[in-house]
This record gives sequence, C-alpha cells and structure tokens, in this order.
Amino acid sequence: MIKFLQGREEQIVTKGGDARELVGGRPSLAGSVSQRACVFCGSRVVLYPIADAVHLVHGPIGCASYTWDIRGSLSSGPELHRSSFSTDLREKHVVFGGEKKLYQSLNELIDKYQPQAAFVYSTCIVGVIGDDVESVCRRMTKEKQIPVIPVMAEGFQGSKKDGYKIACDALFSLIGTDHSKEISPYSINILGDFNLAGELWMLTGYYRKLGIQIVASLTGDGRVKDIRNAHRAALNVVQCSGSMMHLAKRMKETYGIPFMKVSYFGIEDLSDALYEVAGFFKDAHIMEQTQTLVKEELQHLIPALEPYRKALQGKKAAIYVGGAFKAISLVKALRLIGVKTVIAGTQTGNTEDYKLLKAICDDGCILVDDSNPVELSEFVKQTGADLFIGGVKERPIAYKLGIGFCDHNHERKLALAGYEGMLNFAKEVYETVSSPVWQFVNRPNQ
Amino acid sequence: MLLRHTTEKEIDRKALTINPAKTCQPVGAMYAALGLHGCLPHSHGSQGCCSYHRSALTRHFKEPVMAATSSFSEGSSVFGGSSNLVTAIETIFTVYEPDIIAVHTTCLSETIGDDLTQIVSKAKEEGKVPDGKLVIHCNTPSYVGTHITGYSNQVSAFVKFFSTTTPKKRNVVNLVAGWMEPSDMREIKRIAKIMEARTILFPDMSGVLDSPLTGKFEMYPPGGTTVQELIATGDSKFTIGLGAYSTEDACVKLENKCKIKFEVMEIPIGLKATDRFITSLSRHANVPVPDELTKERGRLVDLIADNSKYFYGKRVALYGDPDTLIPLVEFLLTLDMRPVYIVTGTPGKHFDESMKELLSKKIPEAKYKSGERADMFQLHQWIKQEPVDLLIGNTYGKYIARDENIPFVRYGFPIADRPGHNYFPHVGYVGSTNLAIQLLEKLLDYQDRNCEEEKVEFQM
Repeated sequence: MIKFLQGREEQIVTKGGDARELVGGRPSLAGSVSQRACVFCGSRVVLYPIADAVHLVHGPIGCASYTWDIRGSLSSGPELHRSSFSTDLREKHVVFGGEKKLYQSLNELIDKYQPQAAFVYSTCIVGVIGDDVESVCRRMTKEKQIPVIPVMAEGFQGSKKDGYKIACDALFSLIGTDHSKEISPYSINILGDFNLAGELWMLTGYYRKLGIQIVASLTGDGRVKDIRNAHRAALNVVQCSGSMMHLAKRMKETYGIPFMKVSYFGIEDLSDALYEVAGFFKDAHIMEQTQTLVKEELQHLIPALEPYRKALQGKKAAIYVGGAFKAISLVKALRLIGVKTVIAGTQTGNTEDYKLLKAICDDGCILVDDSNPVELSEFVKQTGADLFIGGVKERPIAYKLGIGFCDHNHERKLALAGYEGMLNFAKEVYETVSSPVWQFVNRPNQ
Repeated sequence: MLLRHTTEKEIDRKALTINPAKTCQPVGAMYAALGLHGCLPHSHGSQGCCSYHRSALTRHFKEPVMAATSSFSEGSSVFGGSSNLVTAIETIFTVYEPDIIAVHTTCLSETIGDDLTQIVSKAKEEGKVPDGKLVIHCNTPSYVGTHITGYSNQVSAFVKFFSTTTPKKRNVVNLVAGWMEPSDMREIKRIAKIMEARTILFPDMSGVLDSPLTGKFEMYPPGGTTVQELIATGDSKFTIGLGAYSTEDACVKLENKCKIKFEVMEIPIGLKATDRFITSLSRHANVPVPDELTKERGRLVDLIADNSKYFYGKRVALYGDPDTLIPLVEFLLTLDMRPVYIVTGTPGKHFDESMKELLSKKIPEAKYKSGERADMFQLHQWIKQEPVDLLIGNTYGKYIARDENIPFVRYGFPIADRPGHNYFPHVGYVGSTNLAIQLLEKLLDYQDRNCEEEKVEFQM
C-alpha cells in the first residue's frame, strides 16, 4: 500500500470496507501534487462562455494566457470570449499600482469592441497591491454606459469552488437590470451548462419540443441581455450544481424563483430531469409532449446501446472529475453500459456529496477527495481499472498505465449530454477501451 | 471569422494586451526543472498557478507533468508563505520521494516578499530535508520578463547550486540548452556523439517529456541531467550557451563561479546556425567534424536547391520566443523567403538588434516588435494590411491562419493540437531538413488545394 499524505486518511474511503464517511471540502495540504486549481480559475470558467461580453484579466500575463480559449464553449454568434485580454501588469505597476493601466485598458477595450458588458477579473497580486478594482469598474460603467463588473477572484482565497461563488455573485449583479425580453409563463433558465461540444443546443431542442421557453442560459452560449432578463423566468433548472447552486439560491431569495437540481447526463437522470421540469408547470400538454419525447428517444437509443453494453460488460472504470454531481451521473451511465465504477473521486465534492456518491457505488469502490497522480495510479493498479475518466492532467497518466481514457472536462469534443450524448458516451468508452493499441502494452497487473 | 473584430486599421493602444505572444515566468522554471533527473518542481504560490502550468505543459507534450504547490491561502498572503513551504518540503520528501525539489516563486509570493533562502534553511534546520536530498530555488516574479526569463532563472539556479570547480579539469564542453523541445535536445546529443565530443547537456528534458508507454506511471522518468553531471560542469573546459535569452545568464554565472569561458550562440536552427554550432563544438571539444555530419549538411543543401523556386519570395509572418525566432528568420533568409512580420512578447534589445542586422538590407519592408503589446493582435493587423504566404508559430496562430486563409506551420510553445514537435527535431542539419520539408508541404498543399482546377498538375 502506498503512503498517503498524512491527514488524508479521511479523504479516502472504500465502500463496504470502511465504516467512516469521507470528509470533503478540505483545503489541499501544502506540497501536494494536487489536481486542483484556484479561485480565479473557478470564476473564469463559469463566466467564460458569455460570448458578447469582454473578459479582461487584471494581473501579470500568465492568468490571461492560461485561460485563453480554454474550454470548448461554443457560441452561436459573437466570439468575443475566444480572445485573451490582459492588463499585463509589470514590475512598475506592482510598485506604483495598476489602477491607471486598468482604466486605460478598459477604455481601449470597450471602445474597440463595443461589448454588451465587461467582466474584470482581479488576480492574486491585485488584492495584495491594493488596486481598487471596484471603483474603476463603477467609473467605467458610468462613462461607457454598459455594465462593467468586477470579479474579485484573487487565486489564493480558496479553491476553484470559491471562484464559482464569486462568478455567481457577478452574474447576480447583472440579473434584474433589463425587462425588455418577451417571456412566456412556461419559461426556465438553464444554470450550469457551458455548451461544451454544443450540449446546450441539444437541451434547447428538447425544451422547444416540450413548449418551454429558455430565458437565459447561464452561461453556455450566454448573452448579456438574456442574463439581465433572467429574473423573469418561472423556474431555474440547475445542472452541475457545484458551480451554480449559489446563484439559484440567491435568485430564489431575491426574486422568488424556485429551482431544481438536475443532470442531463445518462438516460435515467435526463429523463427524470425532463419529467421534473414538465411536472413543475402542471400542464397536461407539456407532460404529454414529454412522454412522447422520452418514449421516442428511448425506442431509438436502447437498441443502439445494446452492442456497446455487450462488448463492455464487466469492464472497470476509474472516475476523477471536478464535481461530485458529475461523478454520480457517470457512475449511473457507466452501469447502463455494463461498466462498473471501481474508483470515484472529485476535486471539489463536499461531505454531503460523497454520501450520495457512496450510496450509488458498488461495494469495493474507492472514493477519494482531492487526489494526486501517485494515489490515482496506485488505485488503478489495485483495482485493475480498464478506463479512466478525468481531465487534461489525468489523460497522459492513464495512457502511461496502458488503459483507456475519456475526457469529461474542458477538452471534451463530443456532446455527452442528452440521449444522443449517451450514445456518444458509449461509443467513446468502447473506442478507447477496445483500442488495439493496448495489446502492445504489458500492464503489470495482468 | 473568429477574429472578426481585428481590423486593418491599427488602433492606438497604450495599456491593453490582446492575444499575447508570451506567458509568465514560473511555467518556464517548471519546464527547465523537469530537465533535472529526479527533480520535482515546486510552485510557491496559489494552487492555480501550478495547475495552469502543469496543464499547459501537459497539453504541449502529451505527457504527465509532475509539480507540487505551496497551496497559498488567505492567511499565507497576509502572514507570508513560510510555513506553507516548510510543510510542503516535508510532505514532498515523505510522499513523493524526489531527489531534489526545485522551488520557484510566483507573482504572489514575490509581492508579499517571501525570502526563499531563509525559508529553505529553516526547513533544513528543522530536519525536513532528509540526508542526501536537495532543495534548490529561484525567483520567478511573473510581472518581470516572460516564460523565457523564468526558464533562464531556473537554469542559472542549476549553476548557482551545483556547478563546482575542483583542481581536476576535464576535456568536456558544457552545452546549455535554451528553450527547445526534448526532441531537439536528443538531436544535439546525437550530433555531439557522432562528433565524439565529450559534453554535458543541461537541462535535458529528453527521456522525461517524451517517455515511452510502458504500462507503468513513473513519477521520475529515467531522463534528465543528473546532479553529478551538473556538479561536474564546474570542471569543464568551455561552455556553449544555445539561445541568449534563455542561457546567457547561466553561462555568465558559470564563468564567474568556475572560471569557464563561454560562447553564447543561436539555437542551431537552420544551416548557418548549425554551421556555427558545429564549428564551435569542434573547436572547443578539439574534435574534427565527421563525414556523417558533412553528408547531412549536403543533403540539406540539396533539398534547398531542389525546391528553391517554391521558397523564393514567399512572405512569412512569425511569432514566438526570441531564441528561436532569430535563427528561424536567418534560416528563412537562407531559403530565399521573406520574413516580413515578427513579434515576440519577450522584451530585450538583442532581438531588435538581430532583426535589424538580418533584415534591414534584405527585407526593408519587414516589421518587428518585442515586449509589451507585441502581441498577436498587432501581428494580425499587419497581416490584414498586407497579406503573407505563410504563418509560423504556436497553436494560437490557428485563428489568424483560418480567418486569413494562410498556410500555417506550428512551431514553438504551446502546440496543443498537433503531435510531432516532440518526435522530430528542428535543430541541426537533420532538424533543419525536417523544418524545410514542413514549410514546403504546407505551401504546396495550399497551392494544390487552392489553385484553379486546370492548374492541378502531377509535376508542380
């Protein structure tokens, strides 16, 4: 058995083997090769898909460079979010302050691009050198007559999850500032879909068939005007609850909009989501439409999945993803195609999330919070996993171990949400697990 | 049109950077530290920095990239990161068991004023550094210079901490590798080997960031310059630095510390730069140039002659790092091409002077810029004003290449969307041949695809 980081015993639990519950949400130990990111990263990924706003990173160049076109959040129109804007702070600004450069940059940026709004991200040192970003943003809002929103996301304040919350607050400040959009009584906001590989467009397709209007998408293929009108929707439907629950709760408090947590990933969760949303409106026609849609999709999907299920029966998967909700959906979806989850870990799950995750896993599954490459590769060896599902930093590790890999993070190019997404997922898992390349690797445990 | 907002008319910018041709220091330090065998790079700052650098390097090399972080919190930003680093050193040696930890700073730890020398000696006093294990460190404030500066600072730290002079001089030439690919380092070692020159190459990422798939995850792959080799650099006869921006500082420090004379030259990209490198190595290692290399050179000249009509007069735009851009521009001139627009986000006079020397007579229309706001938006505006036939640079050029329909050769860091850079070198005669073929393929593919139908011919 490997040496765990001291004090990490509570963050690793084997279902059926350990009586204790996993404790999530702890800060990482200094010195760990953590796969986690920072507050800035969290807020940047959440707000990034808003395509008709400019996103200015106030700090040294790195934070802007590393988040330039980082996730495949597709836009059906403007592409402003795909460029990288930075104040590129230098030593003189660290000494004398960067407010003047921020003001000047915003001036140049807004004049040039005429955006609907501007988000200004404050990075680590901006907090330390004491720039008053909020006051520069207020001044700009007045001068340019567009919302200029400070996102106070200094990286050291916590983990990525804390950044989600800051992004939610930034969005909240935009909500309720416009009333011009025409809105049906059967309307929702979609929270927590980022339109990776065009997934949002699949969802809008379903909701259109049910006769439900989408007021705003937060934030996939997002538009400032829609977000400003978001307070007028009848319901908030929250996916990827880790990032957007805070906003849903604030909108409930302030505007009285109820919310429901859903997942669009996997047949069960997706069908449940559609039925729950339909049920909310208590409208016979919408419910009927939903039944028809689910029935038609399943009639097509179930037989299409069958060959993959047969081929994958008995294979074992390791999951290490950002949020726990995603992990739960993955466990279910994998089960549907005959794959058993033997490792389930996340970067940002909390204790409650892990209880839910544990409940749906099989005995023997290792649950882990905030893991590192040494642990993960050891667990893969122990469990004999055939497949790893994770993000950019996990991919080469899985390949080095000689097992298949699916990206379930920013680098995903195939839509995995929706019914079509389930079939894509089965195909992708099959393709990587059954790749002929693995026959040339001697896996030590086989 | 992804960059539909970019217009021909240059806008006056005094503050804003759009689509940078650079990134920050720490990622360079992390990359260089991976070229030391058994070393775990350590980022002293917030968790995000380490995560971003690892992701950036992973995307480029498609390899596991290991590094630890001090995981700063609100408290560390107020009270300093000393206790985080001491804990980190203990944790790393207990759990990940490297031979060496190479600590680099970030903008945050620099701004709050953490003193690495003091913190590391504190960790040693408290017994957190096991016998035989080492902790080295360098300062890499993100708001000074660029990723190239960070690379240079890390390489200089190798000299500062390791190079030791003894009475026993050895007939060895130190080769300090500037920022290049592991495949380039492998090629430089091959050249030295067939010349039978005794050399120590550092840093050396070959065997670390191009490791084979074995079915095993190795935290510390077999490659990398060893500590023994680095110590021995102090007894070498001569040092050749490849790339002024990334190696000159290390060469100077080595001379000051161990009295070893040095020469800084371009990374051997292209015929002339390779000639200079081989001449210098031959002289200082006191070995003849073998026939094999002369033949490789001959094959490169042959390729250029065979294809000169396709190269002639083609206008090229390039962006990236000065140490590669300078020899690359020189090589393009050797090929009879016209490098017309060149930008690098890395500031420094050497680039401007080299460009002036190379271009002022031959390409009077050339425009070049370095430092602040020498970004890809600037480059794109120039291209809009008068188009080019070829674009060379990292993956971020693909938007310009697509919008303007320009053949595009990927070169530099980061390349996230194509393999190859980690397999095929671009240095030496063989590497330059690879590169010339890549340029040709893009130019000729473009012609075949875009010319009028009746002009598509078997023989071009």
